[in-house]
Amino acid sequence: MTSTPAPSPTPAPAATEASAGSHWEELVTVALLGTTRRTPPGVTSRRDAPTALLDAAAVETVRRRAGMRPGRAAARIEPAAVDSRPALPPAAARRLTMLLADRPGAGSGGRRGTAPDLMELLPQWLATANRRGFAAPPQALPALLDAARGRTDIRPAVLAFAGPRALWLARLNADWRFALRAAPGGGAVLPGPEEPERVRALWEEGLFAERVALLAAVRARDAEAARDLLAGTWASERAEDRLMFLDSLRTGLRAADEPFLERALADRSRNVRATAAELLSALPGSALAGRMAERAGSCVAVDHTHGTPTIAVEAPHECDPGMERDGVVAKAPAGRGERSWWLGQLVEAAPLGTWSRRLGGRTPEEIVALPVADDWQDELHAAWCRAAVRQRDPSWSRALLGTPAAPEAGGPGAVSLAERAKLLGTLGAEERAEWVAGFIAVHGLSEAFQLLGVCAVPWAGPLGRAVVDALNIARDAGSYPWSFSGVMGLAERCLDPAEAVRLEALTAVPDESENAAPGAGGYWAESFQRLVTTLRLRAAIQNELTQP
Amino acid sequence: MTQQGVRWTADQVLALAPDTASRKAGSKLGAAGPWSEAGSSEEGTVWGLCRGSGSKPYRTVIDIADSTGPAYKCSCPSRKFPCKHALGLLLLWAGEDGAVPRGQAPDWADEWIEGRRKRADDKRAEGAAGSPSAGDPEAARRRSERRAEWITAGASELEQRLTDLLRGGLASAEQRGYGLWEETAARMVDAQAPGLAARVRELGAIPSSGPGWPVRLLEECALLHLLDQGWLRRAALPDGLAATVRSRIGLPGSAEGPPVRDRWLVLAQYDTADSRLTTRRIWLYGADSGRTALLLSYGAAGRAPELTLPVGLTLDAELSAYPGAGQLRVALGEQFAAPAPTEFRPPGVDVARAVAQYGEALRDDPWLESRPATLARVIPTPDGDDWQLADADGEFALPLTPAARSRSGLWRLVALSGGAPVTVFGECGHRGFSPLTAWPEGPGEAVTLC
Repeated sequence: MTSTPAPSPTPAPAATEASAGSHWEELVTVALLGTTRRTPPGVTSRRDAPTALLDAAAVETVRRRAGMRPGRAAARIEPAAVDSRPALPPAAARRLTMLLADRPGAGSGGRRGTAPDLMELLPQWLATANRRGFAAPPQALPALLDAARGRTDIRPAVLAFAGPRALWLARLNADWRFALRAAPGGGAVLPGPEEPERVRALWEEGLFAERVALLAAVRARDAEAARDLLAGTWASERAEDRLMFLDSLRTGLRAADEPFLERALADRSRNVRATAAELLSALPGSALAGRMAERAGSCVAVDHTHGTPTIAVEAPHECDPGMERDGVVAKAPAGRGERSWWLGQLVEAAPLGTWSRRLGGRTPEEIVALPVADDWQDELHAAWCRAAVRQRDPSWSRALLGTPAAPEAGGPGAVSLAERAKLLGTLGAEERAEWVAGFIAVHGLSEAFQLLGVCAVPWAGPLGRAVVDALNIARDAGSYPWSFSGVMGLAERCLDPAEAVRLEALTAVPDESENAAPGAGGYWAESFQRLVTTLRLRAAIQNELTQP
Repeated sequence: MTQQGVRWTADQVLALAPDTASRKAGSKLGAAGPWSEAGSSEEGTVWGLCRGSGSKPYRTVIDIADSTGPAYKCSCPSRKFPCKHALGLLLLWAGEDGAVPRGQAPDWADEWIEGRRKRADDKRAEGAAGSPSAGDPEAARRRSERRAEWITAGASELEQRLTDLLRGGLASAEQRGYGLWEETAARMVDAQAPGLAARVRELGAIPSSGPGWPVRLLEECALLHLLDQGWLRRAALPDGLAATVRSRIGLPGSAEGPPVRDRWLVLAQYDTADSRLTTRRIWLYGADSGRTALLLSYGAAGRAPELTLPVGLTLDAELSAYPGAGQLRVALGEQFAAPAPTEFRPPGVDVARAVAQYGEALRDDPWLESRPATLARVIPTPDGDDWQLADADGEFALPLTPAARSRSGLWRLVALSGGAPVTVFGECGHRGFSPLTAWPEGPGEAVTLC
């Protein structure tokens, strides 16, 4: 009798006795070779050998299966950290299952029909659930992680909702590694302010991603401490790393950061210098801002010599080393004049507050309204736009945006739609919505998509009404709804669910008018039905997640 | 029971969908938007009007109290069954409070329900009066004798092929490939022994199934030989074993066992499909009797079988067993109430006990691949590239079957556990454990894994 273990029947949990194992092995060997070459044990007649072999194998097979014993347990895994958040209400958990079941690729594509796009509602669902602080149902985690795997835009929300158990799972499944990359330290908890030694140790020894996350976390709760942490190792950091770390000072930027940033202006890396200059220029009281104000101020003045006051621009004639040190890029991109390139950078970095003093005590509105001599208006206004966005200055943003009803607001003016959207971002939510509503009321929806994208969700009443009215006008004009599918999609996600009632009337198929595109009425009704259905679904989702 | 109490979960409703496209389409209709005049009655009827692309809304009505699983009627032209409107309406009913209020069914819904109930009653009365279609008993006896002769001829031929194979050696089977087995399987179909045919067809796939195939091929050949011999000598077998042999050969049986009424918990439901047929297995557990039973339902290839029982519900119904020692298959008899959610869970055993139970079950049915088992307090544990279910309080573990390792349900199980003990229902056999449903240690609904 040998002690060789039996060739286990498949990955069987069995560990049969060694003697029985060797008998079975012998049978397998005979079966492989054939009874004409090998005689099975205990058989005399060659003729009956196959039957005897099958008999013995049958007994042995059933015996082996019946005698199976469980295997040894492998090393236990460390259990997932406890998620102490409250469980989802049952209705919300069911809704989540449904939203996750609607994965792209399942079912037919093509025309959207009247049914809502469930996957598009997942971001809102997640935002609300996270706001309410609910824990994810564990069994939903695989589907959540799969959804986040395909869509980077929802990853942060999914991972916040999925909680510690998702990271625990991600360590077991290579498909979900992204969750560990997204979460600093592979999901390990970052040290808090009460553990300065661990903070220091992680900062000095951690991986780059861990250090970025640590710096951001420390900056968020104690801006000074974060800067001190960074200053401590600044000289020994690699240039790319310095750039990333410097960028994290953008959060909670304050006057006290100036000395550090001022030193960074002398950095070896051009990108680091440029970022430091940009940050300093966003501090209106900084010495750099003062220097820029002086430079820019010397280029722009009000000229009273021709009746109406006019802004005269004298662009810089050279980019001196001082300007370069303050972050001005000397070499203009192809196709741009050097002098206007330098001017743009100076005006962009100069504190907006200095212009009123410089230009005769005028308000931003008055300054923007002044004519500009010699075709400098586009260059100057564009620079002011960038400055207003960088310095988050609402009064200048308002002035540069102008009134939404202005005729040039809809056309290609000095201020592009993208810049407008950025300017709107510096205003309060209500003012933003009001401006966009005014814009849509006058100019319709064709240019509004980008502007709607910066408005707070759900859309404020006037904005929502403006969008619905504009859609209604577009329908009556007889075009097809897919010209507006971008805005429609936004409306489904952003319109206040309470608007559903007002929209009901639009879901009927209207009589075809003479100038309408054939069948357009039916498609519009379908689009409005989908809009109403989606709004009702969103109301239900909110309701489910906010129930006590 | 409250209205909330008898409603199903979205998962349970989505399990009714015949395919993923319907599931998706149904999900989208599960909101109040397109629905009007929706309602439900005490008797388990749900109805509503769904606005589609046409001018008239579709009339959708569902009878969830039907004894053969939910029944659907919809005026839409879809040939999916249930259609997306029926799924959407059930989701609406399952999801939102007050979206489908209690009420009086409209005439169009009532008419259909009445008609169904009447037909069902007629059928029952007919059954009680003795089935007239049985025909001449003498002719039936002759038919079954003739079939037995064919099967005997088939079994003898198969024995010959097996002995030829072993005389030449299994190593040669690897070269001969699939064709030989396909041809033999066709001969068994001609012999009207579908059970033999299916086993033979599986033999053909073993030589290409990876390392260890000679062992598996010898096992399956030996068990096929055992079945042949069981048939050829069935007269000498005890009644129970003889019935098991007949059912394994593929002779149709009828559920002749006495009806057992119980509160049957639906433990698991899953489909397997081949090119001809979709087979649905539904495992049930009797809360009072402690019996585990298997319902089978079939659908043509690519179509979902009609019978659907969502996991986690109990149904107050009668089941009758099919003949055969150790056979768990039953037929669904009368259903006394609509399936309702329950907190009840099956009692579990440890890993060693589950393995021992499989071994014991082989005494009644040596061809048994696996046996249903509920494991209590086990932890899904990675073991190299494999996974096992390890006793939380002991040192033993069961590996998962290769098929279970590649199912997405594995990750739901792992997520549910989070490294802590769970209760798992599944099939325990010689290939390992195939988990089908799990419950968290604390309170919580059943989570389907298949």
